[in-house]
Amino acid sequence: MRKLIFIMAALALLAGCASEGTKEQAGAAVEDRKPAVGEIKPPVAVKPAPDTAPVAKPVVSKPIAVNPLKDPNNILSKRSVYYDYDSAVIKDEFKPLITAHARYLAQHRSAKMVIQGNTDERGSREYNIALGQRRADSVKQMMLLLGAQESQIETVSFGEEKPRAAGKDEASFSENRRSDIVYAGE
Amino acid sequence: MKIYHPFRIAQFVLLWLSLATAAHAQLTIEIIGGGANQVPIAIAPFKGEETLPQKVTAVVAADLVRSGLFRMIDSGGLTAIPAEPAEVQYPVWTARGADALVIGNVSPLPNGYWDVRFRLLDVAKQVQLTGFAYQVTTQQLRSTAHKIADAIYEKLTGDVGVFGTRITYVVKLGTRFELQVADADGYGAQTILASNEPIISPKWSPDGTRLAYVSFERKKPVVYIQSLLTGSRTVVANFKGSNSAPAWSPDGGRLAVVLSKDGNSQIYLIDADGSGVTRLTHAGTIDTEPNFSPDGQWVIFTSDRGGSPQIYRVPVGGGAPERLTFEGGYNVSPRYAPDGKSFVFIQRNAGYFNVAVQDFVSRQTQVLTENGIDESPSFAPNGRIILYATEIGGRGILAAVSSDGRVRQRFSAEIGDAREPAWGPILKGQ
Repeated sequence: MRKLIFIMAALALLAGCASEGTKEQAGAAVEDRKPAVGEIKPPVAVKPAPDTAPVAKPVVSKPIAVNPLKDPNNILSKRSVYYDYDSAVIKDEFKPLITAHARYLAQHRSAKMVIQGNTDERGSREYNIALGQRRADSVKQMMLLLGAQESQIETVSFGEEKPRAAGKDEASFSENRRSDIVYAGE
Repeated sequence: MKIYHPFRIAQFVLLWLSLATAAHAQLTIEIIGGGANQVPIAIAPFKGEETLPQKVTAVVAADLVRSGLFRMIDSGGLTAIPAEPAEVQYPVWTARGADALVIGNVSPLPNGYWDVRFRLLDVAKQVQLTGFAYQVTTQQLRSTAHKIADAIYEKLTGDVGVFGTRITYVVKLGTRFELQVADADGYGAQTILASNEPIISPKWSPDGTRLAYVSFERKKPVVYIQSLLTGSRTVVANFKGSNSAPAWSPDGGRLAVVLSKDGNSQIYLIDADGSGVTRLTHAGTIDTEPNFSPDGQWVIFTSDRGGSPQIYRVPVGGGAPERLTFEGGYNVSPRYAPDGKSFVFIQRNAGYFNVAVQDFVSRQTQVLTENGIDESPSFAPNGRIILYATEIGGRGILAAVSSDGRVRQRFSAEIGDAREPAWGPILKGQ
């Protein structure tokens, strides 16, 4: 009798394991269906932080927990994507940055960000709001394909209203044609 | 239409001199150019106005001159100031070349009010064209002068006067943004909202009591409505993403707004209390800058669905948008004329952004400005003047051009950049 009870308990345990396993698999399957992770293949692989970290000599024994989002040696500290005039097309040079942030969101499901689209000052203010929105959305779409979740990203536009560079020259204009990534709480 | 007025350069220089010294008025106005057929009009000093803190005739004359449709005939050096038609010596005014003469008087009433009355006389026919009397407070003397100018303008041009209306605009002072409301002559500017975040797209409710606008104070564009009577304000649209480009329906009950909550920037209709959101346009591209037709049947807007930003219109009940502009690769910011027969917009030409008007029937476009960095055009409620923002020497100023392109004005804030102007409606009871 005692043996029977033991067997039943074991079965129950197994069943529990099995159902948990099914859930995980289902979760994984959903993830896998997002083709981007496999297919988009960022042109430049994101180097993990430890590769560059050894340059800094740890003098103190107590390990300093570096926030990867703030670490200047980490690509996650880079937050701006730049565009051509009247364009929301993401240039190749910014794909590694977007990929890294998408992976960060995928690995930190509680992390949230706002992507702020910006334009240069030329043209209609309201059209520029829409154009900045399109720029922010283009970054978001790429991140979703790379595993970030819709609920993690809000895209907003500042249009031409909050220029980083005040000049009236092309250098200033190109600095202002930009999407910025800002994490919640920053 | 490009009119090159010989006096423009000289007056442009004068404009800058006046800008440098302007200290008393919040908005300085300069007139550039003038109408082809200006009515020669004399305004005699009103009997009794010399003791007033605000000379009524000075305001009336400034209004009429600013329209570009009148030429002031000297009314100085009179032996006796005529206050009644019987006192007018018509040969004097005929000799001075006046077609029309304004006379009047101002007298104090026992209750502290002023009795202001005027008559507009036809010098050739020696008859009265119009005349009114007003009982007003000292504070109302200036608005009374605008009413007199409106009555004169209406009688002599056949158009409704807009001297008694108000305008709104945003002034940027360093990192500070102020939403201001001023009389149409730039006088009496009041700040109704100040913020360290941008404010754009203020739009008058049809009854002139409220402004809808976009503020970035929540770190994203959100649409608000603010009462000019109480100062209270409400959020109309604060959905996920960006909320912008408010436009009032002619009955004041609804707004068209641009939301990105469902993806790309699209036009939605929303009740003025923020309820009842319905989507109006359905494109995968940018649809923005909606504006209702005066009859409330159409919404005109900017869209890049054809590959470049162009002007379209859609029935307010929904349907297939119709493209309206085809010349040039950048046509934006459409606003209906008050009669609904044309619309004003900004057209890019060779790197410049100019004010243009297109007729709905003929489809003909008139470009009214040249070599500008012009933005945000809107019609005066009589359809005769278009107010817009432009830039001179890197500084934002407001400007106006008559709808035939002949008369131009520039409004300049004392300090800071002025932008995002909108001309208010003619208030009921005016």
